[in-house]
Amino acid sequence: MARAVVTVPPRAKRGEIVEIKTLAQHSMETGFRRTQNGELIPRDIIRTFTCSYNGVEVCRVELHPAIAANPLIAFTTVATESGALTFRWDGDNGYTVTEIAPIKVE
Amino acid sequence: MSPRLLLLAFFVVAGAWAGEIPLEQRRSGYDLMSRETQKIQDDDATNPGMLWVLDGEALWSARAGTANRSCADCHGDAKASMKGVAARYPALDATRGKLLNLEQRINACRVDRQKASPLPYESKELLALEAYVARQSRGLPIAPKIDAKTKPFLEAGKEAFHRRQGQLNLSCAQCHDDHWGKKLAGSVIPQAHPTGYPIYRLEWQNLGSLERRLRNCVFGIRAQVPDLGSEELVDLELYLMWRARGMRLETPGVRP
Amino acid sequence: MTSRREFLVLAAAASALPATAKAQIDPNLVANRKAAFQAALKNIVGDAKVTPGRVKLTLPPLIDNGNSVPLSVSVESPMTQADHVKAIHVLTEKNPLPDVVSFALGPRAGRAGFSTRVRLADTQTVTAIAQMSDGSFWSDHAEVVVTLSACLEDGLI
Repeated sequence: MARAVVTVPPRAKRGEIVEIKTLAQHSMETGFRRTQNGELIPRDIIRTFTCSYNGVEVCRVELHPAIAANPLIAFTTVATESGALTFRWDGDNGYTVTEIAPIKVE
Repeated sequence: MSPRLLLLAFFVVAGAWAGEIPLEQRRSGYDLMSRETQKIQDDDATNPGMLWVLDGEALWSARAGTANRSCADCHGDAKASMKGVAARYPALDATRGKLLNLEQRINACRVDRQKASPLPYESKELLALEAYVARQSRGLPIAPKIDAKTKPFLEAGKEAFHRRQGQLNLSCAQCHDDHWGKKLAGSVIPQAHPTGYPIYRLEWQNLGSLERRLRNCVFGIRAQVPDLGSEELVDLELYLMWRARGMRLETPGVRP
Repeated sequence: MTSRREFLVLAAAASALPATAKAQIDPNLVANRKAAFQAALKNIVGDAKVTPGRVKLTLPPLIDNGNSVPLSVSVESPMTQADHVKAIHVLTEKNPLPDVVSFALGPRAGRAGFSTRVRLADTQTVTAIAQMSDGSFWSDHAEVVVTLSACLEDGLI
């Protein structure tokens, strides 16, 4: 059950700055930890995160092991027209999650 | 009285006074955190514990076991039916005659009502259900039921809390009743109230139960670590909840 | 809880592992990490000059736990087609890897900035670099004190 949560205000005024907060459930295994027997636990992280607003990119983020587990990525966009915000996380071992949030602009 | 005897008498009496924290002086571990960490807990959009609460919400409606039943089938809307439940656990299970913590209660339902296998302790699913149920008590005062039937468990938990144990020969009370607020290796010693369980602990980078936290502590004082779900731990949970009676539940809490 | 016998068996097994599997501390750790930081910086800016300013990197000065440190960066910029921030990079000097995160701003970006939570391995200086549309680079840095938890626990309990 790969889970991600996005928090977007459901409506905004045209031209307004909109705060977006995203949370993805992921251990972000660094690849530096060891088991009790001394064996390295392999790296397993989210590598990229993108957000698009009606198909146009808002941001593209490259994550490294130094990003804390269950990553929070918060940023802003400018409300221009109603539509949808698409969020996508991609990572090691085929991890991929997509979330879509509607936005109504008045 | 000679000065030496007077000094000895003082320490004997002072030792007798060092006991429970006065009710009005009790503080949640939340108050000891930096403002930045407090903000992580305060905002549902940034609190990692919410990821498990949402998982739990999905599991609540998922059919399970040979009885093919979901929690919702019996309990309906959790917001209504589970309100106040986590605040009064651990609680006595009349049929079993045993004290059960919330995880054990959830598993008892799975086995008895859903005819499903119990979820392993600290598993993602069990923590998610526990987080979802406990979230329905957020803001409510902690209120475990203490009566003639549960008193023996409370006494056992109280004894465990005050018992010196392990290589360091320390009791929980020595740090958390007598020296809370002082520093131990750079960190402030909390009063140790279970005000936010299951918590997202930054040290674990994961959600975990009160029992997990208690086992960490016991490991830290180099004592024999009790098994998850053992009577000793559940009794101790009851004592800690009673000790925190009246304090607000913050689930899902974030702690360092 | 491992018994004495189990411990001895584990110890024997661990010593039988190839050298690469054992946890060994790099004797030149500090120097190597500093060099890695410089390499990562060069990878971002090339030979261009980096000017301190216009960037604000916010980190708590004293943090509860190095596993999860709230970090935010904001850059002064009109964010117009002609004059905007292309990307913001965060680097550390003492983590096992110097790169932390790279935030590239698209045409729909709002304010030039973002927030996240990072892992910091030690008390150190964290650096944020902003890459502008005119090819210039600006920076800010913040110093953080990282303290350890009181009772060291086996993270796998």
